[in-house]
Formats: sequence, structure tokens, C-alpha cells
Amino acid sequence: MKIFRYFKDIFLGIYHLLQGMYIAFLNMVRSKITEKYPENRLKKVKMERFRGLLTMPHNAQNEHKCTACGICGINCPNGTIQVISKKVTDETGKEKRVLDRYLYDIGSCTFCALCTISCPQGAIDWSPEFEHTVFTRSKLVKQLNREGSSLEVKPKINNI
Amino acid sequence: MFSFSDLTHWIDSSLRLWMNDGWTLFVEFVLIGVMILVSYAVLALILILVERKVCAWMQCRLGPNRVGPWGLFQTGADMIKILLKEIVNINRSDKFLFRLASFIVILGSVLTFGALPFAKGLQVIDFNIGVFYLLAVSSLGVVGILLAGWASNSKYTMIGAMRSGAQLISYELSCGLALLSIVVLSGTMQLSEIVEQQSEMWFIFKGHVPAFIAFVIYMIAGHAETNRGPFDLPEAESELTAGYHTEYSGIQFGFFYLAEYMNMFIIAAIASTMFLGGWMPLHIPGWEGFNGAMDYIPSVVWFLAKTGFCIFMQLWVRWSFPRLRIDQLLRLEWKILMPVCLFNILLMALVVIL
Repeated sequence: MKIFRYFKDIFLGIYHLLQGMYIAFLNMVRSKITEKYPENRLKKVKMERFRGLLTMPHNAQNEHKCTACGICGINCPNGTIQVISKKVTDETGKEKRVLDRYLYDIGSCTFCALCTISCPQGAIDWSPEFEHTVFTRSKLVKQLNREGSSLEVKPKINNI
Repeated sequence: MFSFSDLTHWIDSSLRLWMNDGWTLFVEFVLIGVMILVSYAVLALILILVERKVCAWMQCRLGPNRVGPWGLFQTGADMIKILLKEIVNINRSDKFLFRLASFIVILGSVLTFGALPFAKGLQVIDFNIGVFYLLAVSSLGVVGILLAGWASNSKYTMIGAMRSGAQLISYELSCGLALLSIVVLSGTMQLSEIVEQQSEMWFIFKGHVPAFIAFVIYMIAGHAETNRGPFDLPEAESELTAGYHTEYSGIQFGFFYLAEYMNMFIIAAIASTMFLGGWMPLHIPGWEGFNGAMDYIPSVVWFLAKTGFCIFMQLWVRWSFPRLRIDQLLRLEWKILMPVCLFNILLMALVVIL
């Protein structure tokens, strides 16, 4: 029966080789995944989970959600985030802490996303922008809140 | 059908008007040599580009696409780069043999390349023992590879060369036996005669099952002889850095590189000449109109198309399979291909008799 096994091995081997070649051929006719980078840099590629740059989304009234609590800065392992707050008194005479400048140093950021995870307000988010090259290190420090922006006022929840 | 012999005869007679016989012969030799070397280099450049493109496609990449449209001039740029590179002298190597080795490797493949029938009437020399000549000369390369391994005075090259020797000598057998079954079918070893006999039908169809088996075995064994693909043990880069050409640099390495790609072309060209009809168009007996239409396609196109098909098969195999171990490699040859090939010749003899 050894002779049968010999022939069985040959034909089984040929079958498996053809299987492999079929897979390689399928790969060859499939559309290619390589991005031609400088040519298609204006093409918008949808990258939902990609961490390119930390941003603070602002709405149409130039309002953000950051309450300047500083949890993101505490959670950051590299000291990348610096939350500078200021005290203002509102019309009722109550002192309130509001965000003055939100500084983010991309030069020391490792894109670990601990800041966005820990933010209780959902005020910061990642954008897929990835071209960060600059000539001087000081340009790497970015202010995330825009000029003259203020805290978004949440609609009051009525207690029953 | 246009025959290139008209053109060559016209060149010959017009040269004879100008000079005596000896000078005519000399000028013709020089012309043929230049033609062969130029086409050798150009075909190798095209093949390298094709290989890189096909390999990239099989891995879902785009391949070279920066130099020229679709990266067409990539290999030309590579050639200029390799010509400008320094040739490093290896300390305590055998200088003479080290330099000689790359020339022997390329000599073997140029000699084989010269004897191929490229088109109707376009063959440099038509021996009556053409098949023998091809087999004998194409196995000259192993001498160069062994010399390269020995002369570089390095363990990697030595092991690579020894593996290559074992591999080439074993696979030479089934290569020869597969071609022998076609010689049994055709009854001649002259390449032009073999191509002429395929005018009504190609040998792969004419020879029924044994011709097909011989074709497959020849492709496998020939692939192993080019030291590529799943049989690239002599230059296994994970174990031996680059095998027998580890110590070579610049154009000396370029010679090995060129010879590897041209051996691939030569194997494909021999396969297409012996099994797929060479430059002979596809003829089906009885279909006169179809045969006439096929004759309008030039014979060079037929030859290059068939060779291209065989080359594509080799590339496909190379980029599909993982490398074999040395014992698996020799087992495949001595326990499977050789017995099947011997049996196949018997089968072919039966087909010829019946």
C-alpha cells in the first residue's frame, strides 16, 4: 500500500500547490491598497480611528465644551497638555473658572489617547491630519481653543 | 509568412559586393555579436521590470511607479546606478577566479541565448544536435557559481555554491529527460526541424498526456535550474545573506543578476520552442481560414507571447510558494520528478508507436 500513498502524496501535493497559486492570482487581480501619497494628498481618506492631531471641536457660535478641569493634563504621561485657566466673575457676582489657553505640544505627544478617553465633557478629539513637519520646535506647541471662544452652555435639565 | 532569412540573405549579398569573403564573415560576426548582446541586455532590463511589477501586484502593491510613466524607466536608472558603483576588492580572495566566475556565469547564458530560434529564419546557428547543445551550454553556469563560491573565501558563498551544485546537477537530469521525451516524439534534435514539425499542431497537444507531463516537469526542473522561487536555496537570504554572490559588488553582481533573469527567459524560450511550437502560429488541422488568419501575426510576436506566458508561470510560482529545505528539494527531484520522467518517456514511446 506504500505505492498508493506515494501517488496520493503527489496528487495531493499538486492540488495544494494549485490552491496556493489560485490565491496568489486572486491577489494579483484585486485592487491595490498602496496610496500614491504626494499625488493624492488632497483626497479625503476616511480614517476613523487614526490619531493624527489633537483638536478641540468648536461649534458655529465659536463655543467649545472644555470646562478647564485639567483632567487631561493630569492623565497625560508626557506633560504634553497644559491647561491655563482664568477666574471671571459673572453677573451674579459668582467667581467662575474658565479656559484661557489650552496648549498642546505635539513634539512630546505619543498619541496614546489617554486625554480623549479621560475627558468627562468630550471636549477634545483626534483629527486625521498627519503632516506635522515644521522648522522650529516652538511651532510644535499649538493652542487648541480659538480666539474669543467661550464655553458651550448646556440646556438645563429640569428636575422632577 | 515573412521570413527573416530574406533579410539576412540581402545583408549578406550586399556585404559581399563591397568586400571579400573573409571581411564579410568578420563583419557579420561582429553584427551578430552586437545584436545578441544588445537584445540580451534589453530583454533582461524588461524582465526585471516585469518581475518587480508582477511581484508587487501579487502582494497587493503597485510596484515601481516613480521613474517615468508607471515606473517604466526604473530598471534603466538601476542599470546606470550599478554601472557607476565601486567594485570592492575582497581581502584574501582568489582575485583571478573571483573575477572569472561572473564572466563564466554570463557566458553560459549568452551561449544558450544565441542558439534560440527567435522567429522564422532568425536563428544564429542551427545545429543538428540543437537540444544537446542547449542542455550542455546552459549547464556551464554551475561552474561559474561554484567558482564564485570558492573564490570569495567566505562561508556563506561556499555553502551557497555547494547547495547550488547539488541542486543544478540533480535537476539537470529531469530537465534533459523531459526534453528527451519530445525528441522521441519528433525524431530529431534540430531546433528548426522541431519547430517545423509543429506546423499542424503544437507538441503539447500532439503528444497527448506524456507531452503535458513533460512540459510541467520541464517547467519545474527549469525553474530549479535558474535558482529562483521556491528553489532559491543557493541564495537563501535568511540563512546565507545572498549565497554565492554575497561578496560581489557593482557590475560583477550585475552580471549574476542579469544571468539569473536571462536564464529565466532561456528556460521559458526552450519550453515554448519544444512544447508550444516556438515561433509557429496556432494551427488547427482542417480550419484553413483560421490558420491563414493566424499566419498574419508575425512569428516574433508568437515566440515572445509564448515565452511571456512561460515567464509569467515562473513568476507566479516564485511569488506563491515558500522556500524548500535542501532534503525536500532533493527528495522532489530524485523520488518524484525523475521516476515520473523515466516513466513518461516510456509512455511517449508507446504514443509514438501506436
